Amino acid sequence: MTITPRDITRRQLLARVGLTALVAGPFLSACATGGGGSQEAAPSAAAPSAGGASASANNPFNVKADAPLEVVIFKGGYSDEYATQSHEPLYKKAFPGATIKHQGIQTIGQTLTPRFAGGDVPDVVNNSGTDNLDGGALINAGQLLDLTPLFEAPSVDDPSKKVKDVIVPGTIESGLGGDPAKPYTLNYVYTAYGLWYDAKLFEKEGWTPPKTFDEFKTFAEAAKAKNIVPFGYAGKNASYYAYWMILISAAKIGGNKILLDIDNLADNAWNNDAVKQAAAAWAEIGKFMDPAYEGLIHTEVQTQQNQGKIAFYPSGSWLEAEQAKDTPEGFEYAMVPTPSVTAADQMPYEAIRAAAAEGFIVPSKAKNAAGGLEYLRQMLSKQGARDFTEKTKSLTVVIGATEGLTLSPGLTSVAAAQTAAGTNVVTFSSFEGWYKELETELRKQTNALMFGRISAEEFATKMQEAADKTKADSSIVKQTRNV
Amino acid sequence: MRRGRLTPGAVRKWGFIVSFLAAPLAIYIVFFVSPNLQALQLALTNSRGISPDFQYVGFENFTRLFGDEVFWAAVRHHGLILLVMPLVTIVIALFFSFLLNLGGGQRNGQLAGVWGSSFYKVVFFFPQVLAVVIVGVLFQAVLNPQKSGILNSVLGWFGVDPVGWLIKPDLALWTIIGVMVWQGVGFYVVLFSAGMAGVPKEIFEAAALDGANRFTLFFKITLPLVWNTVQVGWVYLGIAAFDAFALVQVLSIDRGGPDNATTVLPLEIFRQTFTYYRFGYASAMGVALVFLVLTFAALTMRVTRRERIEY
Repeated sequence: MTITPRDITRRQLLARVGLTALVAGPFLSACATGGGGSQEAAPSAAAPSAGGASASANNPFNVKADAPLEVVIFKGGYSDEYATQSHEPLYKKAFPGATIKHQGIQTIGQTLTPRFAGGDVPDVVNNSGTDNLDGGALINAGQLLDLTPLFEAPSVDDPSKKVKDVIVPGTIESGLGGDPAKPYTLNYVYTAYGLWYDAKLFEKEGWTPPKTFDEFKTFAEAAKAKNIVPFGYAGKNASYYAYWMILISAAKIGGNKILLDIDNLADNAWNNDAVKQAAAAWAEIGKFMDPAYEGLIHTEVQTQQNQGKIAFYPSGSWLEAEQAKDTPEGFEYAMVPTPSVTAADQMPYEAIRAAAAEGFIVPSKAKNAAGGLEYLRQMLSKQGARDFTEKTKSLTVVIGATEGLTLSPGLTSVAAAQTAAGTNVVTFSSFEGWYKELETELRKQTNALMFGRISAEEFATKMQEAADKTKADSSIVKQTRNV
Repeated sequence: MRRGRLTPGAVRKWGFIVSFLAAPLAIYIVFFVSPNLQALQLALTNSRGISPDFQYVGFENFTRLFGDEVFWAAVRHHGLILLVMPLVTIVIALFFSFLLNLGGGQRNGQLAGVWGSSFYKVVFFFPQVLAVVIVGVLFQAVLNPQKSGILNSVLGWFGVDPVGWLIKPDLALWTIIGVMVWQGVGFYVVLFSAGMAGVPKEIFEAAALDGANRFTLFFKITLPLVWNTVQVGWVYLGIAAFDAFALVQVLSIDRGGPDNATTVLPLEIFRQTFTYYRFGYASAMGVALVFLVLTFAALTMRVTRRERIEY
């Protein structure tokens, strides 16, 4: 007997209709302008329903034990071994039935943007690197999960303590976004920023790091006499290393309020005298640079420092690990705070810019969002943090995770600077992530300032123009911060 | 065959044609026509590219474009590249291909290229074999601003101070144009050589017998006879002048710098898309770029139209 349409049962029909829907789905979502059909309710990790298991201290997010987990890690200075060899195994130990799909890439933005547009997103993303995803835009599009449940959950090592109590204060605040502000990003790495130098070279030459810009200039002359460039950065792709220094100096002169005003696009924030003084002070040091540095990339300049051609290099605490392979025998990295600009600076010389960095996000439309949160909780365990520090030579935001670890010379100096700074911490700058247009302009103007094409006055004027333009642009969603 | 009736022969004929055309046409429509139409549609929206929600904003993106100084900087740069790059490339390529094919004087009673011309032909073609990004990386080393840069160390032998090829805002774009010419010349040498090989040798011999020197031979005989090929080359190069993305991305300071001195439209489109997430605005730039290229192609075809010489 041949099958005619009449023989198809209701069940078969439903199955076929379902199948068609499945086939049509990806096609539609693959099309950039394919209607607004993919706005399904996001699976909420705070109130999971499908898992079945009830929440417990070991599984506070009700993760389904056999649900697959997809992790995307930025494979940059930290590589991705810490994920494949520590964090993912930790997750697997907790949920042996789960399969983990791992991807270590550099172009986070280009690779994941189409997936966000199509609704097929990974469960955890390490959103970092120069081509990262625009966090602000994702938050506004409702694409990120609020991480509050993570910070309120019991910690892995001591269920009587919440996750928020085992991490460095300020970590949660550094990941706030949106309006009203919620923590959407877990910044995992404790990063300190300052001037890096070779302690052995300074010992040999009898130099001490300058504590004021006057001393810095005297030092610059002395270094120049020895044919060593006193300060250098790479203009081709890392001008932001230099603008960090300018912003730090501005905050030291006028307090963190200067940086908050810049983030909040306050009127004339860039025209503040503190910004102008900081820009002028750094431009003076810029005069000692080799003009060729504007055409070099960061690794080239860093290698020159390793070769003893550059005294000070502006960077963060990842530098020592990043250069580990190229650092010659007898080169010993150390970090000091930026010199004071005026005698009336609001913050002491010891103040450093320190921030939780290296963001991790959980997409709200992730298939296993609860698993994503659990992965982050495992990362914040002492084991996860210690493994990370061992593999990357970088500190995490987890308190006391380095107990029993021998730190490298560079990290030891970072820890010392952290202790000396105490509460004198220069805040991070949120506009770097919030307003990319403004950030791009700052990179451009920083090169122009440091390589002598514009004055500090013009620098402030041009940045103020760019900030005013951002403020006036209604298509850019504004954000504010108070801390 | 009567009109209005499908004979088996016609079915076979048209069926054959349609079945062969269907696949390429489908691919063309899906992967070329539809993305272009979508870009046009996106250009009228405020899409950020990461969410399916967006509003139609009419021509707002285009009005914004007219006030965008970076956009105009990019357009000016395309204008300069368009004026300089095709002309220089074609002149050098014509000169080389003339030398390679006819410039060597008479040999065995026939006009031939300079000594070793078959070797040079291969060498000239090398840059064309390399991917643009590889060319960019190569020239990073060549144009390195330090004393140790390849070009600068050569200049150093003559006591010239290191030149910041890509650092000086006045020089950077010219340097990029130079790299584009270096990369393009080889292909056009081969293209023009093929054009010259297509011209019957008797014409050149007759001219040479009449006492034409190499100068006359080139301007009065060769150039008019390969004019069609030159015209094709001009259109290709003109379209290439609206690209330059990879070279600028790899070579320039801070992607399009210093101070916007080297930026080009494809780079700005990339930045608007992947850095600022303004898919709508980036699409508007893309539409503007398409119109610039089409206008150029149409103008060139119109201006360079010339009587074809039959031989």
